[in-house]
Amino acid sequence: MLKTKPDAYQEFLKGLWRENPVFVQVLGMCPTLAVTNSAENALVMGAATLFVLVASSGLVSALQRWIPKQVRISTFIIIIATFVTVIDFSLEALVPRLHKELGPFIPLIVVNCIIMGRQEAFAARNPVPLALLDAFGMSIGFFFALLALGSVREILGVGSLFGVNLFGPHFEPWVIMILPPGGFLTLGLLLLFFNWIKERKERLVRRLDAMEAEAR
Amino acid sequence: MNDLLWIFVSTLLINNFVLAYFLGICPFLGVSQRLDTAFRLGLATSFVMLVTGLCVWFLNTYILEHAPYLRLISFIVVIASTVQFIEMVIKKLSPALFKALGIFLPLITTNCAILALAIFTTNKGYGLVEGMVYALGSGLGFTLAMVLMAGLRQETDLAPVPRLIRGTAMNLIIAGILSTAFMGFAGLFSAG
Repeated sequence: MLKTKPDAYQEFLKGLWRENPVFVQVLGMCPTLAVTNSAENALVMGAATLFVLVASSGLVSALQRWIPKQVRISTFIIIIATFVTVIDFSLEALVPRLHKELGPFIPLIVVNCIIMGRQEAFAARNPVPLALLDAFGMSIGFFFALLALGSVREILGVGSLFGVNLFGPHFEPWVIMILPPGGFLTLGLLLLFFNWIKERKERLVRRLDAMEAEAR
Repeated sequence: MNDLLWIFVSTLLINNFVLAYFLGICPFLGVSQRLDTAFRLGLATSFVMLVTGLCVWFLNTYILEHAPYLRLISFIVVIASTVQFIEMVIKKLSPALFKALGIFLPLITTNCAILALAIFTTNKGYGLVEGMVYALGSGLGFTLAMVLMAGLRQETDLAPVPRLIRGTAMNLIIAGILSTAFMGFAGLFSAG
């Protein structure tokens, strides 16, 4: 808790882009691909994951002193499973239609590697406020990745976004995009796009360095 | 008998856990560099699935009727302890195999395909025999997808692919094409 303010800010920001769980760390692929056939599903899944990740990171971080090293993984997973049960039942009560559509993928948040990974890599060895910030950053990064995938797939596959028709009646939907192969292809192409951006940035940095060296 | 065959073929090919339901993507992308490791991991996962199927049936029939809210927690505890148990047994009986599987063995716990199997079996209300056939079909389906992917990746390692696309991006696109191919199986049993 002695950490300075910019540090805490960094813990939050890294999840959004530099260490984005989906695009950079390639974690939590199963929900990413499975529920992003529409932007709405992606939204609900992102929100549910956010709740579980933030709640379990907070609890794990608060309990870190009392969790024995040998059984930490089982302890984490039981904490996560508890919160997932909470969100599962809440969604069933609040939005039964979406709960039905997402089906088994809500309970499957338990085995989302992002959540487990954050507990093991961050929450179990950092104070509560930092762990919460880290969890927020990571889950918002995850949220945006889901939303990006879900929007692309819904726009191309159905011709709408959040159920609102975009192209009028003459649009021929690419049905493949909302079917399983579309998930793999969209994510593959998005990753390719991010690789390209990174590569371009690195090339730019290299060129700037070279110019600087020349000037000297 | 026909029903059982239908369950088996449909989970093996049509509703393949990896390529149609996106379950177990992490090992599918992470552990598919080499054919033999992929195959062994597939078999170990199938075995855990069979044991889990058995335990889940037992839990559902005798215990969870009285406490449905404990479903998720008890499933994950059962899976984690099964994997731990299998790890110990393999270590005792065959140290060579234990060494070959290495880190992949404990990682089976966080393979979402296994928890999904437990949940699907419950949701579909399968009995003992159906549940076991379902577990076997999904385990072998997982193995099949792993082996296909590993084979393809070994080939693409040798191909002249642009540097930019190498890695996860290309693997995902390969998986997309594989998944498209598996969609063709949907017409296999049109009568259902």
